[in-house]
Amino acid sequence: MSKLIETDALIIGAGPVGLFAVFELGLLNINCHVIDILDKPGGQCAQLYPEKPIYDIPAYPMISGKDLTDKLLLQIKPFSPVFHFEELAKDLKKNNDGTWHISTKKGLNFHAKVIIIAAGGGSFEPKKPNIPNLEKYFDQVRYSIDQIDNFKNKDIVILGGGDSALDWTVQLNEIVKSLTLIHRRDVFRGSPATVNKVMDLRDKGEIKFHVGQVKNIIGSNGILDAVQCEKKEGILEIPCDILMPFFGLTMSLGPVEKWGLNLLEDRVSVSTETYQTSVPGIYAVGDINTYPGKLKLILSGFHETALMAHAVFKYINPEERLTLQYTTTSSSLQKKLLAK
Amino acid sequence: MVNINFISSKGVLQKADAVAGETLMECAKKNQIHEIEAECGGGCSCATCHVYIHKEWLDKLEKPSEMEEDMLDFAFNVKENSRLSCQIKIEDVLDGLTLETPETQF
Repeated sequence: MSKLIETDALIIGAGPVGLFAVFELGLLNINCHVIDILDKPGGQCAQLYPEKPIYDIPAYPMISGKDLTDKLLLQIKPFSPVFHFEELAKDLKKNNDGTWHISTKKGLNFHAKVIIIAAGGGSFEPKKPNIPNLEKYFDQVRYSIDQIDNFKNKDIVILGGGDSALDWTVQLNEIVKSLTLIHRRDVFRGSPATVNKVMDLRDKGEIKFHVGQVKNIIGSNGILDAVQCEKKEGILEIPCDILMPFFGLTMSLGPVEKWGLNLLEDRVSVSTETYQTSVPGIYAVGDINTYPGKLKLILSGFHETALMAHAVFKYINPEERLTLQYTTTSSSLQKKLLAK
Repeated sequence: MVNINFISSKGVLQKADAVAGETLMECAKKNQIHEIEAECGGGCSCATCHVYIHKEWLDKLEKPSEMEEDMLDFAFNVKENSRLSCQIKIEDVLDGLTLETPETQF
């Protein structure tokens, strides 16, 4: 097991609400580690609408998802949160003393006093195309590459025309037996350099390219043999050892679903006094939670983090009295905010 | 009011009233057309409000933007009459617009 990472709070999700939770917890001297499935902070703001304006953030008549993320990062800098990107919180165990042990998909282990779920719409996962029997061949249908050796000397079929499809086409082509790229049109969306590289490989005949769509796959005894590519001219059968569909990302609740928390319509139920879930020591803020009257707004998520932070303080320090302090007047808060 | 005919993948017709100025996706969500997901809420960044516009209406719509075409790459079973409903603005001339929704959005 990798070294145990000690933290007061483990925040799951680095979207705007997860980031602001660092701030509210930080004011109360509660330190945080933050994990996120994406490779950057910002959550949906970064992944779905970085350039699109948001109009309902107080004091900002208009701000882009990217700017909001950047400003939140600046705001929480004094509290030195530690980020772990491209990580998924997977298994959860309660220790005898009431603290938590969380392990991640890539093998990190955290020891945390509390867990804050700020996972928005859930974790981003690759879209699985609606091809009959696709799940039967889970071993041969890949959405990412863990061991590149598994692709050596294989017949690979890549679906899609975006960055992921193009990047893997260029990279894998060096080592595979054959590579076929299938896309619905002959226009690609990717960095110009990569698009040119793919065009070049196609023109030289190093890869095969088809305008079409795969709607059926063929296999026997649990082994995938080929895909059927529907083209204008007809159906073409292409041998396939590994199929890689790249149709972007979608959101799902993910492992959180199995943590024994009370859920309501795929959201985590919380108390509106503490934002604690049905399990003491686990809190949920932002789009992922639900309660009577819930509005899925960034604004509501910010409010929830303040109440959550105060509840967490009392949970961690049951003997201590907590008085509300203002950043405008409290010298101790100002010291924290200006320290670094 | 502009009348819109939503036909589900099972062939069930549901009529809905739309207001000029709103998007086809907004009209679908208001009327609980369950085969339209619109995960991103109308940002043209998820391709989960994919619809098939009936051929006779296709020419009455503005052509899809480059951004919409790019995003359609992330939809499944894209056809010549595929559109993203969040990118279609309802106008009075679209009264009677008929479209089909796909079985799944991915």
